[in-house]
Amino acid sequence: MRFRAKIVDLACLNHFSRIINTVAKLAKTCILRLTVCKLYFVLSDKVANGGASMWCELSQGNFFDEFQMEGVAAEHNEIYLEFVPENLWRALKTAQNAKAVKIKLTNKHCPCLRVAVELPSLSSSSRIVTHDIPVGVIPRRMWNDFREPSVPDFDVSIYLPVLKTMKSVVERMKNLSNFIVIEANLSGEMNLKIETDLVSVTTHFKDLGNPPWASEDGCQSSAQGRDLESMAEACIDIKKLLQLLAGQQVNPTKALCNIVHKRIVHFILLHEEVSLQYFIPAVA
Amino acid sequence: LSRIGDELYLEPTESGLSLRAVNSSRSAFASFLFAPLFFQLYEPGSAGPDTELFRCKVHMKSFLGVFRSLPSLEKSVGKCLILLKPRASRLVLQLHCKYGVTKTHNLAFQECERLQAVFDTQSCASRLRAPARLLAEAVVHFPPTLAEVTMGAGPGGKISLRNYVEDEAEPSKTMVTELCLAEDEFQSVAVAPGSHITFCLKEFRGLLSFAEASNLPLTIHFDEPGRPVIFTLDDTVLEVHLVLATLSDLESNSQSPSTNGVSHLPAPSDDFADDLESYMAAMETSEGPPSPIFPLRTPQPAKSKEEEEEEEEEEEGAVPGTPPHKKFRSLFFGSVMTAGRPGLATTQEVLAEDSDGE
Repeated sequence: MRFRAKIVDLACLNHFSRIINTVAKLAKTCILRLTVCKLYFVLSDKVANGGASMWCELSQGNFFDEFQMEGVAAEHNEIYLEFVPENLWRALKTAQNAKAVKIKLTNKHCPCLRVAVELPSLSSSSRIVTHDIPVGVIPRRMWNDFREPSVPDFDVSIYLPVLKTMKSVVERMKNLSNFIVIEANLSGEMNLKIETDLVSVTTHFKDLGNPPWASEDGCQSSAQGRDLESMAEACIDIKKLLQLLAGQQVNPTKALCNIVHKRIVHFILLHEEVSLQYFIPAVA
Repeated sequence: LSRIGDELYLEPTESGLSLRAVNSSRSAFASFLFAPLFFQLYEPGSAGPDTELFRCKVHMKSFLGVFRSLPSLEKSVGKCLILLKPRASRLVLQLHCKYGVTKTHNLAFQECERLQAVFDTQSCASRLRAPARLLAEAVVHFPPTLAEVTMGAGPGGKISLRNYVEDEAEPSKTMVTELCLAEDEFQSVAVAPGSHITFCLKEFRGLLSFAEASNLPLTIHFDEPGRPVIFTLDDTVLEVHLVLATLSDLESNSQSPSTNGVSHLPAPSDDFADDLESYMAAMETSEGPPSPIFPLRTPQPAKSKEEEEEEEEEEEGAVPGTPPHKKFRSLFFGSVMTAGRPGLATTQEVLAEDSDGE
């Protein structure tokens, strides 16, 4: 089982760091899944994570100049590692003007991701900073725990408002309540609501647009034949929503959410080279 | 100085005004000596045959409060007068500002004994001299909350810096950062081979920002682990010393080199073992899931050093030498020592008496 990769382009490095930063804001520990073509950051919906789960997928070719991976076995050519994304972000944070960053899976005393940052220096040789990030190797028998989640049978799918606006609204609401209700309909309307004993606040968004979803197998999804004005809602932990919004530093190309009435909200944020899905379950 | 202690010691001497501070566990000491030439006027007062020049200590916060906003001070203050009035028990700081405004601050002070750490840069085996910027660039790669760093001779004649992982923390759960600085980046290097020391970053960062701001090169004098490390800045009118206790190298023989031992990890090369196959084989056959990764260890709060000081008090009559599980010790103040105790003669002499005389 081997892995080594190298980033040389600064723009790619910055982009990659931003993705790691976003992941670090959403998960304290998560799974890094490596395949020949892609990297995945996975957080499964265990109780410890408050039931929220995440699936982030990117194509390695868009970031790495070199990428070599040998999985556990020929027919299971993948590697699953458990790690603390904050560590990786810290290692990349001070690599802003690096000449190259190499990442390698090693096992000197325990499995680690070794990040070697080559920095320019005034001396004859470059300065190299190495960070050894401890990782846990996930054995094959547990890989099933980390499968890609399927898109839920949603009631409403709607594009999100400008994330910056949404974030500032939710930030202020966080001071008033621990839970927020997201409701939306198929006419492009979305409301964010909080309600406490003393006060209730609602922010209305309209003309957001609803993404077209092609139904598979021609069977009816819950969304079809649905009254366009009727709202589907879910009450979720406001901190989780804020973590998602706060972790976005760049505006995604597409941002939408799928609401399963009173069950779960499924957020999808698409950038050119990376896709992020985040599931927040509704509270009872 | 405020990064080190809560009290500012002022000691006028013939060779200038010395400002000093020490931290609560007495493992860090700093002094700034301003030569008489630094001042427009310098009168240390007169010392009689039986009396010494007067010295005192004030609360750091009170003193700093007078100089709160540097940019506005630079614009409005013409002169600053510092006057020690022993009989009135007041330290007077008078700022003569523009437009005839005079701001007078009267600070209460406490008399004190001489605060002096005993150290000797000449007796240190190793010395490094570098522009502050170089060290600042190196330190930036370590997390701001990191408590301790190990510095020493690295492979290929380089100087290596690495975060110190405490023995209690499991090495397989803590991120380790290491970097090497080439000899030619320093202004001078005289390092005993295989030497290394571990010291606290917090106080060092304070000195580093001062050095960067004043554009002075920094000299680091160090010796064996356990002996203090001395950082100095030199100027025509200013002499700065920062003395920090270092970790004693208790288990350098038994510890694997991966922690704070002498040999550091080799310089990153492409050809070291990636033997995960055997690890995977072990994983497949073992019971149970792998243990989860813990979040990053948070550094020990300063409190723990005081706890260890108390432990030291209980060990009266103990054989001098470094007891196990001790971290930074009050190496150069002997603050819990009284005359009757067996001195720490073999490791270090009883140095200055505790100025608070407890």
